[in-house]
Amino acid sequence: MTALLPRRSRVLRVGRATLRWDARAALVTIVVAVAVLLVGALALTLGTYPISLDQIVASFTGDPDADGVRRIVLEWRLPRIVLTVIAGMALALSGAVFQSITRNPLGSPDIIGFNTGAYTGALITILVLGANYVGTAVGALVGGLVTAAIIYVFAWRGGVQGQRLIVIGIAVTAVLQAVNTWLILSSKVELAFGAASWTAGSFNEVRWPSVLPVAIALAVIIPLLAVFSRNLHVLELGDDAARALGVRAEGTRLIFVVLGVCLTAIVTAAVGPISFVALAAPQIARWLAGSAGVSLVPSAAVGGLLVLGSDVIAQRVIAPGQLPVGLVTLSLGGVYLLGLLALQARKRLT
Amino acid sequence: MTSPLIASGVTVGYDDRTIIEGLTLEVPRDSFTVIIGPNACGKSTLLRSLARLLPASDGAVILDGREIAEYRSKEVARRLGLLPQTSIAPDGITVVDLVSRGRFPHQGLLRQWSAADEAAIVAAMTETSVLELAQRSFDELSGGQRQRVWVAMALAQETPLLLLDEPTTYLDINHQLELLDLFAALRAAGGRTLVAVLHDLNQAARYASHLVVMKAGRIVAEGAPADILTAELVDDVFGVACRIIDDPESHTPLVVPKMRTHQR
Repeated sequence: MTALLPRRSRVLRVGRATLRWDARAALVTIVVAVAVLLVGALALTLGTYPISLDQIVASFTGDPDADGVRRIVLEWRLPRIVLTVIAGMALALSGAVFQSITRNPLGSPDIIGFNTGAYTGALITILVLGANYVGTAVGALVGGLVTAAIIYVFAWRGGVQGQRLIVIGIAVTAVLQAVNTWLILSSKVELAFGAASWTAGSFNEVRWPSVLPVAIALAVIIPLLAVFSRNLHVLELGDDAARALGVRAEGTRLIFVVLGVCLTAIVTAAVGPISFVALAAPQIARWLAGSAGVSLVPSAAVGGLLVLGSDVIAQRVIAPGQLPVGLVTLSLGGVYLLGLLALQARKRLT
Repeated sequence: MTSPLIASGVTVGYDDRTIIEGLTLEVPRDSFTVIIGPNACGKSTLLRSLARLLPASDGAVILDGREIAEYRSKEVARRLGLLPQTSIAPDGITVVDLVSRGRFPHQGLLRQWSAADEAAIVAAMTETSVLELAQRSFDELSGGQRQRVWVAMALAQETPLLLLDEPTTYLDINHQLELLDLFAALRAAGGRTLVAVLHDLNQAARYASHLVVMKAGRIVAEGAPADILTAELVDDVFGVACRIIDDPESHTPLVVPKMRTHQR
């Protein structure tokens, strides 16, 4: 009988509970997760002070002389790696959510402008209010949510439709970018310099305290996404069809807008704006998993790998100097977009 | 034999514009009710309001004896299905995956797949003859096949009531008849009440057991097609002078428009 299930669909039974999952999506997720572990291990050995994997293993198995190595690994390199991975997951999830809501592969938070708004919020707290790290994080979160609220209100016409959300988002982004530039130009040089270096997004100087807020946000938001993701996939069928199936279209969309904005804002608060991950990760995951529409779990895995890999590149390209990771994702994103356009153009022709 | 779905003095509209005012309709149980009327007469608005897609600003829609607004939305979706005018299929989705989404109101976070789901999907796909397309990608299908898949999704919902918003639009005559035959067969199988908005008067007269004729937000006539479809009614509602003759195939009323002056 199970021959009828969508190909690659599997059912997991736990007691009376049944969970449906997709075999290829699971395989993709596992392979990408293994890649994350491998690249993560490689990243542990990289830095101004090169450490081999043997040294790392030795430092954790009782070599009394390896205290320094252990400290470098545990306090400097590991938090950075963990943050790149979870930041990538958060950005990818945010992208997947917005691409699903807008039913458009371009409907990612960096294009709609939520991370620009989060950045505006952070800039105001740094430059005007002179806030510390926590203040900046709160500022970014508030900035993202306020931007989302403005876009939502402007896009509202008896309901919010994807296309309108994107177009209005692009307009609001343009305005906010001007605001951001003005904020930086009109403030004191030292402050502006610090804020501007943050513009490209960077994982330099990351320690455990900056990992914590992102980790907590993910720990809260991921279960919520898991609970509501089925409604999200029904919403992809169109508002009328979704409502006919018993999904409150507008309410579901609002929940996901808030969750998606929180995800992207918290990452922006921690490390600055990192472009294109939210845009590319869900589509790469979709292509790898061959799924219908975007799926959350493989997207998160791909996002983690993308940011981790980009950060390794950012550390190595001009070593011992470091590039901002945002610059690397921006360049990779450019290549990705070109590839996507070329592919689309070829599809059109044939 | 109470009606499973009643519009009781409903007023519906968009923003400040009232489309329907104080309309009352009792959908007969186990009927194939067809709503016809000129463009912008409010027939789709009525259907959307019956499916609680549009809330009534006055009056109430009564589903199985209770106000529809009192139900939880998933409970409504277990009693009443809707085939909207337009739905969107996610890129690259397979037919069976799409049909299985019709099971949403019967599923939960911890009950994502059951034997009942499987049985309902097989039955729905068999009734709509799309079972052999199960693993095909929806994008590859023809317009007629696609519409049958959407119907299968609505059927998989296993609701005693099924509302169809212009289901035959954009289909060629063969696929239109195929779909209408399917609806007639669904009704004949028993236990289902269907309500459809259609454009073609002769198809409506041939297939409907209960015909509802609307004009400017009001119902101007309803009943068995043979009892109510007259030349005066068609002229009044559509502004088309016609003769009504006996359909030699189905012996239902057949609307034959008169020659217009410039054609003589």
